[in-house]
Amino acid sequence: MNAAARSKRINFAQGINLAMDEAMAADPRVILMGEDIADDQGGGVFAATKGLSAKYGVERVRSTPIAEQAIMGAAVGAALVGYRPVAEIMLMNFMTVAMDQVVNHAAKLRFMSGGQTNVPLTIRTATGAGAGFGGQHSDMLEAWFAHVPGLKVVTASNPADAKGLLLSCIFDNDPCIFIENTVSYGVSGPAPEEGYRIPLGKAHVAREGTDVTVIGYGPAVTHSLAVAEELAGEGVSVEVLDLRTIAPFDQAAVLASVGKTRRAVVVHEAVRQFGVGAEVSSVIHENLFDDLKAPVQRVGSAFSPVPFSPVLEQAFLYQRQDIAAAILKTVRR
Amino acid sequence: MVAEGSQKFCMEVAKVNSSASLPEEVMLDIYRRANLIYQCDEKFRSLILSGELQILYYSPRGQEILSAALMAALNQDDYLVTTYRGMHDQIAKGIPTRDLWAEFAGKGNGTCKGKGGPMHITHPDTGVMVTTGIVGSGMPIANGLALASQLEKDGKVTVVCFGDASTNIGAFHESLNMAQIWKLPVIFVCQNNLYGEHTPQAMSTGCKELIDRAPGYGIRAVQVNGNDAFAMHAAAREAVEYARAGNGPTFIEAKTFRFLGHLLGDDSHYIPAEEMAAAKAADPLPAYRQALLDRQIPATVLDAIDAAILAEVEEAAGHGLDSPYPDTAEIGRDVFEQEIAA
Repeated sequence: MNAAARSKRINFAQGINLAMDEAMAADPRVILMGEDIADDQGGGVFAATKGLSAKYGVERVRSTPIAEQAIMGAAVGAALVGYRPVAEIMLMNFMTVAMDQVVNHAAKLRFMSGGQTNVPLTIRTATGAGAGFGGQHSDMLEAWFAHVPGLKVVTASNPADAKGLLLSCIFDNDPCIFIENTVSYGVSGPAPEEGYRIPLGKAHVAREGTDVTVIGYGPAVTHSLAVAEELAGEGVSVEVLDLRTIAPFDQAAVLASVGKTRRAVVVHEAVRQFGVGAEVSSVIHENLFDDLKAPVQRVGSAFSPVPFSPVLEQAFLYQRQDIAAAILKTVRR
Repeated sequence: MVAEGSQKFCMEVAKVNSSASLPEEVMLDIYRRANLIYQCDEKFRSLILSGELQILYYSPRGQEILSAALMAALNQDDYLVTTYRGMHDQIAKGIPTRDLWAEFAGKGNGTCKGKGGPMHITHPDTGVMVTTGIVGSGMPIANGLALASQLEKDGKVTVVCFGDASTNIGAFHESLNMAQIWKLPVIFVCQNNLYGEHTPQAMSTGCKELIDRAPGYGIRAVQVNGNDAFAMHAAAREAVEYARAGNGPTFIEAKTFRFLGHLLGDDSHYIPAEEMAAAKAADPLPAYRQALLDRQIPATVLDAIDAAILAEVEEAAGHGLDSPYPDTAEIGRDVFEQEIAA
């Protein structure tokens, strides 16, 4: 790779940083708040906000006390009167401390006010297993939030998408939860152009195929693409659909793809039980039962708290061979 | 267990008829707001008890003066966040009575299209931004409204009302701390009616006085007899001026009492009879009327206000009961900006 090509690559942290940078430049009502996010405090524990307080000032890039209810409430209140706050909740498990503000207020105020107010709030939060963070710093809780009417839940499978989706979240007029993957911040990919946005609620065909559709989001898309490549050698043509927006998810795209392939596998890092996979699978069965050549398969993590020991953590996480096995189960029955 | 709070309260109410005064139009403004609350409350209870209105109802009877004197210190575009016992605050802040009545009755022309109900009133035209049914949850949001005003430099202040029990939940502590470090133009008004649901303050709170909690956060704090309109209005005005000048937040502990229990139908059996009797003997509404008469405001002026309010409330109640329910298609609207097939 030559120097010019390398300069056009960014990692997840940079994509996220660029989205906030562009949003803040475009609209003075975009403000950031969270623990340690200003440069004097390190620019965020994952450096996602690095340089932004230097550029836009500590009035707009506000380091907060470690007080998630106060952070979330302040973001909700400012959003109610026209600001577009981006609240960083350092890790998704800390969302539990702010659930009242998210579920009872951010999600419902538009509805309960009869549309008189709305909450154009973005919550950025990191999570994911694989780095030895143990049981309280790694949970994938997207299904909880997807279950709440009024919340949008979004996650990206590559750095360009991270930028494009986060920009759309910030300028969306409803509360969005943007999930970042802790172990992927340093992973790089092609850089998007300035102003690049990806519409919310739309899935993306990451790879075309004809035999089976694998539906995923976040790192599961990367894993599924790798498995699809391997299985192509065995004569199995795998389509990979990146949901991008988990809630509300793009039912039309899922049904169109599975209507074509007539087989489906849903993959996510969250534990299988009561997960997003169950909802996606149900929608497929409700709409395409007579067309399916095999029952929809789900791939997810084991039903345990995220363990610490690396051996246990890997046993907890799904492995690529699990995706391959699920695909083969649908095509070789 | 309750004796101390009761004694303290009786000492406080003894100060109702202070020698303080206010311009006549302010005194009458407070009188009008307080009696509009009172008449609405009377009518709500009458229609609920007759079965014509079926709602959970948290009567503000006894707290009218506090709210009227507080809101009279605000501008219409100042923000208010209140709680499920909030009808007095909503009326005093200026929400049109007929729109509020229609919402309480679940009607499509209510403030929130019938989708919020009594515990979730919003009316941005009068600054009523959030009414929460969750104890203590309004305070973090009030900080956000105040932060927006601070950044906009729009000169608005945010008032957040809550009960004594709210000072025991974490959101209270997080909010006072954040408001003080950010010097937000927010006023935390604890309407201390001495009982959190059925539990007396002394049984739920370690410190003797709720104002004792404020110094730990470095926040300006005032304790006031909320049932004394003059004292309450003065405390509110000082806090508003302090906030508008950019000095930051105030915590006001306003002592008051709740005559009709937590939820309508609650017989207040947990309140000692002598405490209730003492509180009712010091009912702030007749005390305030007497205070105005003592300040040479003619009874005929007050009677004319009462009559106009009675007519307004009768009309508003009829409007609320007679208005049509919302279209069921509303269920898919306002979940998100785009309508969905719910």
